[in-house]
Amino acid sequence: MGELLDKITEKILQKIDGEGFEQKGAFNLRHNGIALCHGDSEHIKIRKKEDKQGIDIFIDGQTRGEQVHIPVVVDSSGMHDVVYNDFYIAEGADVTIVAGCGIHNSGCNESRHDGIHSFHVGKGANVRYEEKHYGEGEGTGGKVLNPVTKIYLEEDAVFTLDTAQIKGVDSTIRETDVAMGSNSRLYVVEKLMTHDLQTAESNMEVQMNGEGSSAQIVSRSVAKGRSRQVFHPKAVGNARCHAHVQCDSIIMDHAEVSSIPEINAKHLDAAIIHEAAIGRINDEQLVKLRTLGMTEEEAEGVIIDNFLN
Amino acid sequence: MLEVKNLTFKVNENGIERSIVKNISFHVDDGEMLVITGPNGGGKSTLAKVLMGIEEADEGRIILDGEDITDFDINHRANAGIGFAFQQPPRFKGMTVNRLLSLAAGRKLKESECCGLLSRVGLCAQEYVRREVDATLSGGEMKRLEIATVLAKPHKLCIFDEPEAGIDLWSFSMLIQEFEKIHKKKAESLILISHQERIIQMADRIMVIENGTIGAVGPRDEILPTLLKEEGECSCMNRQAV
Repeated sequence: MGELLDKITEKILQKIDGEGFEQKGAFNLRHNGIALCHGDSEHIKIRKKEDKQGIDIFIDGQTRGEQVHIPVVVDSSGMHDVVYNDFYIAEGADVTIVAGCGIHNSGCNESRHDGIHSFHVGKGANVRYEEKHYGEGEGTGGKVLNPVTKIYLEEDAVFTLDTAQIKGVDSTIRETDVAMGSNSRLYVVEKLMTHDLQTAESNMEVQMNGEGSSAQIVSRSVAKGRSRQVFHPKAVGNARCHAHVQCDSIIMDHAEVSSIPEINAKHLDAAIIHEAAIGRINDEQLVKLRTLGMTEEEAEGVIIDNFLN
Repeated sequence: MLEVKNLTFKVNENGIERSIVKNISFHVDDGEMLVITGPNGGGKSTLAKVLMGIEEADEGRIILDGEDITDFDINHRANAGIGFAFQQPPRFKGMTVNRLLSLAAGRKLKESECCGLLSRVGLCAQEYVRREVDATLSGGEMKRLEIATVLAKPHKLCIFDEPEAGIDLWSFSMLIQEFEKIHKKKAESLILISHQERIIQMADRIMVIENGTIGAVGPRDEILPTLLKEEGECSCMNRQAV
């Protein structure tokens, strides 16, 4: 029988684990800085680190279409949680990793979670990594999430990084670094919503070191209120490679969005494209949806939901 | 039934007031097809937008089935039973065709229902239903999808602003058949703004808008010969391929 979870934890898990968290198969639930419960599967083993906070996750080469869930919940106001999670994905494995962190802060002190994740992806392995960030709570204390993601892709590996900051995170600085081997492929979809006085900064550097490597990076964000966002994606082509970086932002109210792309080719056959656009919600879109019977507010919500879908 | 009484719409250009729609009155009976034609810049599309509430009338009244909807905003007019297909529909990044059609229908459509709608406008359904309504769709594809959004649910009155624009000949023929089917059922009133002879020929009545006023209005058999006769002089009608 699994650990009984309180209502706040259950609610946050519903927000951050779109696949549905269950205490079965391979999983590890971290709650206020400690592992509340964990389980292994035949092909996925989770081991607690001896020297620092965090876990090592070993995914063997026989893994086929399996999921591992490692959510984090912080609901103790004033908690500063730092965790190091290292994933070792063996050659040929096929796995989905569902992470994510939710903070419930009902107090006046800042609650913070820094998740430092590294992924060592073996030859030909296929990894999908989903990460959702969410904040809530009636307290005045800040809700801060600073994820660091390091990805190392061996030959022919495929990595899909699907991240979303849903709402309620007061401050975030996201650091993502990727090193790519030959013929490896990277797909990144980053979705980010800020509101009120929130701030978000996302720095990403993709080093395409291997021949034939390719990266597709899509970033979509919505900035409301007086929130501020800064995006700094950098794609470096060190070999014959291909990359497409696309940043789209919707700006509303008195928000501010900066997109600072950087593309760097160090090889004659490196083909790297960047597109960036920032703009308000298109009036024609609003009018079209209103002709379908929606109020302006409903139409705005639909446009944002789909944009971040 | 739609009744339009003394409708006027003005714009202010650099401090100078100009009437785009000038004191226009007309009606559309239940199940009737009214085709509005006339020279470019004459006020046809503006009139359509005023009927939908996208532009606000300066004077006059709009009455739908006995209810005065002049002060209704866009969504209230939509909910009162008016459907509108834009001449140049907008694109929606991140929204799938399936989702847009479901929004238009006011309920979540099954994939098979979306496929049925797309087929009616000449789109090969399986190719489109999961695609995004973004820049990857051509102008003609967007136009047909726009028409499908109006077909997604029943209306009292459907307004189509130049449905033929940007559509290839094969799809245009399918659209004509679709309009004929709707018209035959007599369940919905139709206003089609068009320069196309094949569309004008379907009309119960034709209304010619010139310089913001009604130049002529009457049964097809009465107005069409005049339009054809005038074609050589100053054509508002297109007999060529779309």
